[in-house]
Amino acid sequence: MNKASIVVIGAGISGLSAAYNLAKRGLKDIVVIDKAYITSGSTGRCGAGVRQQWGTALNCILAKKSIDFFMHAKEDLGYEKDIEFKQEGYLILSTSEAEDKVFDKNVQLQNSIGIPSQRLTVEEALKIVPHLNPNAFTSASFCKTDGHINPFLMSEAYYLAAKKLGVTFYFFEEVTEIIVKDKSIEKVITDKRVIYTDKVVNAAGGFAREVGEMAGVEIPVFSENHEILVTEPTKQMQGPMVMSFSKNIYCQQVPHGSFLMGRSNPKALHDHDISSSWQFLDEMAKTVCNILPKVGQLRVIRTWGGSYNISPDHQPFISDTEQLNGYFMACGYSGHGFMFAPITGELITEMVFGDKLEDYAKDLNIKRLDDKNFTDFEQSVV
Amino acid sequence: MSKKDIIICRCEDITLADIHKCLEQGYTTFEELKRILRVGMGPCQGQTCSSLIQKEIAIFLKKKAEDVLLQKTRPLVTGVKLQDIADSADE
Repeated sequence: MNKASIVVIGAGISGLSAAYNLAKRGLKDIVVIDKAYITSGSTGRCGAGVRQQWGTALNCILAKKSIDFFMHAKEDLGYEKDIEFKQEGYLILSTSEAEDKVFDKNVQLQNSIGIPSQRLTVEEALKIVPHLNPNAFTSASFCKTDGHINPFLMSEAYYLAAKKLGVTFYFFEEVTEIIVKDKSIEKVITDKRVIYTDKVVNAAGGFAREVGEMAGVEIPVFSENHEILVTEPTKQMQGPMVMSFSKNIYCQQVPHGSFLMGRSNPKALHDHDISSSWQFLDEMAKTVCNILPKVGQLRVIRTWGGSYNISPDHQPFISDTEQLNGYFMACGYSGHGFMFAPITGELITEMVFGDKLEDYAKDLNIKRLDDKNFTDFEQSVV
Repeated sequence: MSKKDIIICRCEDITLADIHKCLEQGYTTFEELKRILRVGMGPCQGQTCSSLIQKEIAIFLKKKAEDVLLQKTRPLVTGVKLQDIADSADE
């Protein structure tokens, strides 16, 4: 009979980090199932940025703890290749007086949590990214320890480390049912086998709501398409990620030499569409040529899309639930699951082992939605 | 000729030895090789390497080449300057 101590659904970065951390803690018979392969969903489609400049304390803490791990991830995971961590910062542009004030407040919050961000004038920002259009922004914030990591290789690092610790992976296999009996999980059924288990981690990314429904667990998240484009590689010319919430753009040169950039579509539907559109290409090109004119001389070679799995307050659920014993979820990252992956795996492990969580982590519980006093809402998103 | 000297993906400088190593590690679809090695992600978007890699996967899996899926084809068909797109978007 096929048995597992826990079944992790989804081999994106969240599921891989959860499986690795659980195995490291000593749990045996961990199974990870993915309907395709590692990073085949949102992780492999993400913008590959890692940042700590957030507007809510919760997101700041998750981001800082994750960056702390990324800095020695290669050694900790015993990965032979390079995860391509480029720590040259995020430069976030403000474009109005009202936004200046928000940035003042955000940087104050970030500093109070130990994040080394700072406010910059236009002149100071130009020293860091000389090809910025000085007329396109009014001030900036900068955190030098933010940056870029290769999502494929970071995921592979977790995957190989988890495999070495004995985690079993089933790829190209889809979970079709989760059978529940007396408020507990009895088994997970896939298109290839039945696995008896009393614990499940929902790390299904864009399909988190559906994997909740499978077990009768209601998770109020939805997916929406976010498109990205990449240019031909060129010589190193931009250190930090340049981002603006009000202009709706993020744009970074990755170590390989390409520029990666994306923006959100305010009219995106709540569905699983991940197609590319000409409208995105037009708007993206106009925006980047305005802010970073020199980048306009580069050729676009490919566009793609991926799902943001969005929660009501743009903060994730890393949570167990009163709805069902043994059911854990890591979802609703609202576009930022890759950069929060290290802390995700650690927290899921603590929850599975029944540890007492740090105070801040209680707000990651899905119960926060019922708490009328909980009003924190993340606005610093593209 | 050594496998290390046979270039399969010219855009990203990936050799036959790189491809075989990944296949042996268990990455046996084009999409997986693409993510790990960047094959098909360069300026030519796989126009040179895709059929070569398809054959290598087929030999490794003892399948017919036509039964091995290629990578997803994505826009654009050819490289276009961002400034040119921005200018024509305003028209």
